[in-house]
Amino acid sequence: MSATPVDWALAVHNTLTQAGVKMVGYVPDGGHKRLIELCHADANMKTVVMTTEEEGVGLVAGAWLGGEKSALLMQSSGVGNIINCLGMIAECRFPMVALITMRGELGEFNPWQVPMGQATREVLESMGVIVERANTAAEVEPAVNAALRLAYNSYCGVAVLISQRVIGIKSFQEQVNQ
Amino acid sequence: MSASMKRRDVVSTLLANRGDLLVVTGLGSTTWDAAAAGDHPLTFPLWGAMGNAVMVGLGLALAQPQRRVLVITGDGELLMGMGSLATAAVQQPANLSIVCIDNEHFGETGMQRTHTAHGVDLAAIAKACGIQHARVVREASELPALVTDTRTHPGLFFAQVKVVAEKLVLTLPPRDGGLLKARFRRALLGELADTQ
Repeated sequence: MSATPVDWALAVHNTLTQAGVKMVGYVPDGGHKRLIELCHADANMKTVVMTTEEEGVGLVAGAWLGGEKSALLMQSSGVGNIINCLGMIAECRFPMVALITMRGELGEFNPWQVPMGQATREVLESMGVIVERANTAAEVEPAVNAALRLAYNSYCGVAVLISQRVIGIKSFQEQVNQ
Repeated sequence: MSASMKRRDVVSTLLANRGDLLVVTGLGSTTWDAAAAGDHPLTFPLWGAMGNAVMVGLGLALAQPQRRVLVITGDGELLMGMGSLATAAVQQPANLSIVCIDNEHFGETGMQRTHTAHGVDLAAIAKACGIQHARVVREASELPALVTDTRTHPGLFFAQVKVVAEKLVLTLPPRDGGLLKARFRRALLGELADTQ
């Protein structure tokens, strides 16, 4: 028995557009592949590929100084790269929305992903970022919608952790085949 | 080749009669330099987030394509975020200028020599990233052309300005990040800043 799979990436892209997000910064992750492609294909969205997730914090701060809403896409390992810069989000009360695909959870095949994956929520919360989690594909869009409202109405950083169950990577071969 | 220019003179020259220029400065000395040149609501001085000055400038430049954005940062700060030169070069915003005030030292932490003192060539790195107009500026006589380029060069622009390593009296802009953000947005966006 299988329900129709939820196209969460398409739903999230629609929600970003509806919310007036005009800029998306990303360090790619397999789990974000489709959403990244949708953003690139959208002529109304500036899509910025970054060398490290840390750059994204500056990008969203600069965008907001210029009156533009943005969102960041990254993998949970990238959260480790942004810790110090999150201090700017907290101190300046910049709105920031980060969609984070999880690695290092149940089903992970790469043990090197586990420590940062397990620490992701705690690290974000330690730096003042509010964390929401989506455990199923159907939960992703509502969580992103809520995150956008919270961040841009309350001027704070909000992260949506997208469970590895949603992404579904269980082996190296699956990652290669994406 | 020893540097002859003084950093405060260079930054004051870059900011004199700035018109509608939007400015981002990096932690730390360039933030003090800009404050010494005169606090301004359309300067966003970073007190933290070291390595992120170019990215704040890039986000701003992409959001405000009709306005000129000038990032002024130091060699230590830029070395920490060197990848941002590559990221900016991929975007090629026509309205972004980056000036690195290069004293070849970490000025806030005991004047240790930075990589540029050992030959790391930031202008060449910028050029190799794809910032076509990138150069090293060594003489005061080159400053008028530098000011013109930072404000009107059609395309992404980078300059590495060699200055004397000196410890100066600190001149500090406001510290409150919320204030710095809010006043910048109000000065730039007017009422939209409060309603967005």
